[in-house]
Amino acid sequence: MKMRVIMMKEKNSRGPGRKRYKPADNAAGYLMLAPWLVGFAFMWLAPALISVYYSFTDFNLLNSPKLIGFANYVRIFTADKTFYQALKVTFLYVLILVPLRLAFALFVAMLLNKNHKCLGLYRTFYYIPSIIGGSIAVSIVWKQLFGSRGVIMSLLEVFGIHQQTSFLGNPQTALGVIIVMGVWQFGSSMLIFLSALKQIPGSIYESAMVDGAKPARIFWKITLPLLTPTIFFNLILQIINGFRVFTESYVITNGGPLDSTLSYVLYLYRRAFTYFDMGYSCALAWILVAIIAVFTIVLFKTQKNWVYYEAGEN
Amino acid sequence: MGMRKAKRIHSVWFHVGACILGFFMIYPLLWLLASSFKSNTTMFTNTYSLIPVQWDISGNYGSGFEGVGGVPFLTFFWNSLLVTVVGTATCVVSSLFAAYALSRIRFRLSKFWFGCVMMTMMIPPQVMVVPQYIILKRMNLIDTETSLVLPWGFGTAFFIFLMVQFFRGIPRELDEAAEIDGCGKIGTLFRILIPIVKPAIVTSAIFAFYWIWQDFFQPLIFMSSTEKFTIPLALNMYLDPNSYNNYGGLFAMSVISLLPVILFFIIFQKQLVEGIATEGLKG
Repeated sequence: MKMRVIMMKEKNSRGPGRKRYKPADNAAGYLMLAPWLVGFAFMWLAPALISVYYSFTDFNLLNSPKLIGFANYVRIFTADKTFYQALKVTFLYVLILVPLRLAFALFVAMLLNKNHKCLGLYRTFYYIPSIIGGSIAVSIVWKQLFGSRGVIMSLLEVFGIHQQTSFLGNPQTALGVIIVMGVWQFGSSMLIFLSALKQIPGSIYESAMVDGAKPARIFWKITLPLLTPTIFFNLILQIINGFRVFTESYVITNGGPLDSTLSYVLYLYRRAFTYFDMGYSCALAWILVAIIAVFTIVLFKTQKNWVYYEAGEN
Repeated sequence: MGMRKAKRIHSVWFHVGACILGFFMIYPLLWLLASSFKSNTTMFTNTYSLIPVQWDISGNYGSGFEGVGGVPFLTFFWNSLLVTVVGTATCVVSSLFAAYALSRIRFRLSKFWFGCVMMTMMIPPQVMVVPQYIILKRMNLIDTETSLVLPWGFGTAFFIFLMVQFFRGIPRELDEAAEIDGCGKIGTLFRILIPIVKPAIVTSAIFAFYWIWQDFFQPLIFMSSTEKFTIPLALNMYLDPNSYNNYGGLFAMSVISLLPVILFFIIFQKQLVEGIATEGLKG
């Protein structure tokens, strides 16, 4: 309420017609924003413009960029099988990992949203993989766990199963291993769900129980709808993050075997820094931006169909 | 009585399940620690075991600290620390200033700039890395520690957003009162607001530390001389069987690389868990 009153006041003081800004406020605003503005110009805007230009050129760092129109884009879509492979791998990764991770995070959060002893301890242990997940040390561990002389192989030996190839050596299962590593890092989503669950008033559940609703029904009809804003927020974040997958793919399998774990960013990296095909990789980069934009826009457009916002919320 | 007994059984099952899950979550780390104690000759006998058959702590950590490519590991550690501390400090300060301007000062185009901040959050930084590389190369900044700080030092959309959200929760009357008392905009920020937004600043600093410390992609592209490598790049070299063939050393230094992260986690656990829960930050 307080916020609304303040906002009303602001609107009134602004008065009719165009907004007026105090010169001192303009100066203070731009002074404080200056570091970010410099960074924006230098690390985002200039690179973005240069990158658009390069995407229409043939450029390998040594020659001067030569304009070739849409040739890079045409080549990507019509003649580049590896591009489609990288696209397939990345889509599989995102579309399997994100729902799995969110479902698992929600499941564990629901279990932890009760009165038990040691909850804080469990929460901590489940969260640790999330904070170290991006580090190269964890990728090294994963490579050893599922590699040819790794933990899984040695465990299988104990049970008398002699496998020829490890899970990482098999093109059918290698991506699965990397997805499992992603699911393992469900902790931060779990924490977000946990705090959202705590905000659902207990009285809602009580009245539902009085009406004789079964737990499953309560989950589908009450808990899940109330969580949809959180799920939506998580979904956007995770999808954007999922398309950036690089370290796992680079360190654990280097895209192999048979390109079965070649992520989009890894392919972009190779095009740029192994083949020095800078123009081509800039075109690849913009295609990725377009894909992420489509996902984000579609999610935002469909949110009114499934995301439930409480009427009273600001 | 029956109810209570059922409840207790339920509780036992809960703890059994929670512990099993906890074990799976933590096993890879325990395994890394255990493997860093195993001698190289017994490294791959019963690989899954958490108890070394033959211990060789000094051998593994000793050879690990000797480094790779003629550069001792402590050099990598120092490089990482330098980049991370400078990057974190500049990133948090720039983000704080930007967030203050965008949420508390009414100035021309402020809405437009906020839109730009949010847009940079949607675009993966990997997309910009080729042109960034070319710009930095032109400026002779490639292969310098500066090039690793630059992507962070001007502030990051995530932290700006986090702090803007926090600022919005503080009543504006506070600023007005401060201004009446003769505080300028900058005075208001430092004297009045910073103490209040401290939790958001701490959360941002911890996450910035984590992200810069573990950053692999940008260093991989920007750096080329081994003596300037950060820890993730060094570990990547340890992994290369042509330049290094010593699993004990690799695991030992992997443990060392995780130590600051885990230590930070233990110290700031409460702020972290609360920060992520309230702001929904991705760890």
